[in-house]
Amino acid sequence: MAETTINILIVGVGGQGVLLASEVLSLLALESGLDVKKSEVHGMSQRGGVVSSHVRMGKKVYSPTINHAEADVLMSFEAAECVRALPWLKPGGTVITSHTRVVPPITTIGKFTYPDDPIALLKEHAPNAKDVDADTIASELGNPRLVNTILLGVLSHSLDIPDSLWLDVIKKRVPPKFVELNLKAFERGRSLTFESAQVG
Amino acid sequence: MKVLMSGNEAVARGVYEAGVKMATAYPGTPSTEILENISMWYKNVYSEWSPNEKVAFEVAIGGAMAGARSLVAMKHVGLNVAADPFMTFAYTGVKAGFIVISADDPSMHSSQNEQDNRFYAKFAMIPMLEPSDSQESKDFVKIGMEISEEFDTPLMLRMVTRISHSKGVVETVDPIETEVAGFERDIPKYVMVPGHARLRRKIVLERLEKLKAYSDDTDLNRFEKGSSEIGIITSGISYQYAKEAMPDASFLKLGMPYPLPERKIREFANSVDRLFTVEELEPFIEEQILAMGIECEGKKFFTSFGELSSEIVAGGFAKAGVRPAPESFAIDSLELFPRPPVLCPGCPHRGVFTVLKKLKTTVTGDIGCYTLGALEPLSSMDSCICMGASIGSAVGMAKVGGVKKGVVAAIGDSTFLHSGLTGLLDASYNNANITVALLDNRTTAMTGGQNHPGTGKTLMGDETFQVDFVKLCEAVGVKDIHTVDAYDLDETKAAFQKALEFNGPSVVISDRPCVLMPSKIKEAPYTVISDSCNGCKLCFRIGCPAIAASKELTKKGHPKAIIDTDTCTGCTICAQVCPEDAIVLATEKVPAVR
Repeated sequence: MAETTINILIVGVGGQGVLLASEVLSLLALESGLDVKKSEVHGMSQRGGVVSSHVRMGKKVYSPTINHAEADVLMSFEAAECVRALPWLKPGGTVITSHTRVVPPITTIGKFTYPDDPIALLKEHAPNAKDVDADTIASELGNPRLVNTILLGVLSHSLDIPDSLWLDVIKKRVPPKFVELNLKAFERGRSLTFESAQVG
Repeated sequence: MKVLMSGNEAVARGVYEAGVKMATAYPGTPSTEILENISMWYKNVYSEWSPNEKVAFEVAIGGAMAGARSLVAMKHVGLNVAADPFMTFAYTGVKAGFIVISADDPSMHSSQNEQDNRFYAKFAMIPMLEPSDSQESKDFVKIGMEISEEFDTPLMLRMVTRISHSKGVVETVDPIETEVAGFERDIPKYVMVPGHARLRRKIVLERLEKLKAYSDDTDLNRFEKGSSEIGIITSGISYQYAKEAMPDASFLKLGMPYPLPERKIREFANSVDRLFTVEELEPFIEEQILAMGIECEGKKFFTSFGELSSEIVAGGFAKAGVRPAPESFAIDSLELFPRPPVLCPGCPHRGVFTVLKKLKTTVTGDIGCYTLGALEPLSSMDSCICMGASIGSAVGMAKVGGVKKGVVAAIGDSTFLHSGLTGLLDASYNNANITVALLDNRTTAMTGGQNHPGTGKTLMGDETFQVDFVKLCEAVGVKDIHTVDAYDLDETKAAFQKALEFNGPSVVISDRPCVLMPSKIKEAPYTVISDSCNGCKLCFRIGCPAIAASKELTKKGHPKAIIDTDTCTGCTICAQVCPEDAIVLATEKVPAVR
């Protein structure tokens, strides 16, 4: 795969597992023999701020960051953050988001408002966005922290990477006692189907 | 072997491969993970957290003088703290290789300024290498050690956030063996009294000429031949952006941007029709090239503000008329709420700032998680300049009588030990009427929970002595010292009131540990009895991410509060501010509302 560079932008809020997901993607690229760079900013963002991770894979990757309108895939673990990241989406690119809402205190005091229906807002601009009620699936599986792996399962349809490699890398990157659960979460995400919206 | 490494992980690997014996640092984003990785993976290297960058620098000086390859890492502003030993160690030279890592933070992702530390290399007249990816971050440690030893000089390895925190493919090799040569007395070389320093200053000037010749010869500065119409001189991360924006241009890629390779630059300039410099932050390379009498264009097209990117660089070249403007298909950003960083649920700083807000005192602040106390809704910090500045500036405010309701200097444990102690000494010595809020959460929280002299553990995991803050404050002459539990608002308030009334310096120590580090603290969560909530919003004003506005409204139409029991740590601060006693322990009978 990858004659040209593939750009994947993963966004969310501190603590949602954005960095683990981007680590898995980068390792998949490395194991597939591709050049890969991934970039994110640590530090203050860990304290409830926005976390975004840029993953770029291809024959030769120079810049570690994705330009506006150049993300082939935008994957978000938080609904409103997906909307915030839209300027990075390539026209016709794939959007995958969890319905998860993380409402910050700044909206609680009434200065700003968290959108009532961020998914509807998202679909105004990305009608084919694959939106997933990942929180419900995660709690069915018994652990709320599986949202990232469920979405990786959804994403797996957009990348030309063999199933076995996905499973190998997840096994390698996830703490041993959570491997089973994460593999299940990945399968659940992978088995989801989405309808295409009518464009036009 | 090919592995994926961040720039910081790669530097740590480079330390191992280059036979470095000692690595020191004080934590600071984006440099922190260098030492964390060394201590985690390469245990044959002596590594330590020092109380501040100046001490870290001096410890590494000792290592190098005694003949062991040594490295010290810090964030850009850390080098300001270490500037004193830095400037003079450039005179004495090293014995074994010595590298100082300056990790700059263009765009100020996690910093108070975006100073360009390349100027420090020029200021001290020492060589500087600048990696453009993880592979070079690793390789340049070894090459840097060799240059340092060959020219008897400390060397700067300049990183930026985008290099430190980006991962890329790295080819690892086996480490080399080095010996600790041992210290040999050489008084005129190492004892910088005026008579010796004058001799060394001459050597520094001569050394710089030799380094210029090296810079011209080394492959670290290399040509990449492309079209002869456009020539680009660049280094570090900017090289990657320029390569992507202008793939067909000719490049002079500088791995060693100080001292510059003048002969190569002239040769390159003569080989192209139009010469550009692409660099983040200041026109460091551009101005030196202009001073050589060579025409080049740079900051006219590429901003000095913040990080560059390949689209910013492409835009600059479009403005220069040498490539088409990149077409924008981007969706305009939609108007959304901001998501600033916040104090965690259960953070003990929240208790202190809730009290300080009530007392309406002036609060001089410092660097750490607690700086977030300045943000809404707490909004109870009035200044933040640099590490340790809270206490000195409080003294100044008190001395001129400029603070009506008293002044409190809010400073964390790690920052206090870094550079607050001397400020407190000043407050005692000059009998300043200030109160210090010593926020002892027993870790260096903002950078991810590193040990320091107040935690009882070293970087390498050894048990060690633990600073006793009460005794320490007593020892520097403070007579009014209170220790409080920041989860108890009444106790905390009473202590601050007494301390503010005290004539002279006083200290209020809050000693609740951080809820995240070293271990996560989660007590039984609290919940809101919806029928009792009157929608007064007082609990919203403590800025806890676990509290949100419910869809359920009071009769007057105000939103009631709800608590997310998953993230609530049970600190009870919201329950204490609630006038209706509507916030209670979540039990089976009162299920939490989500």
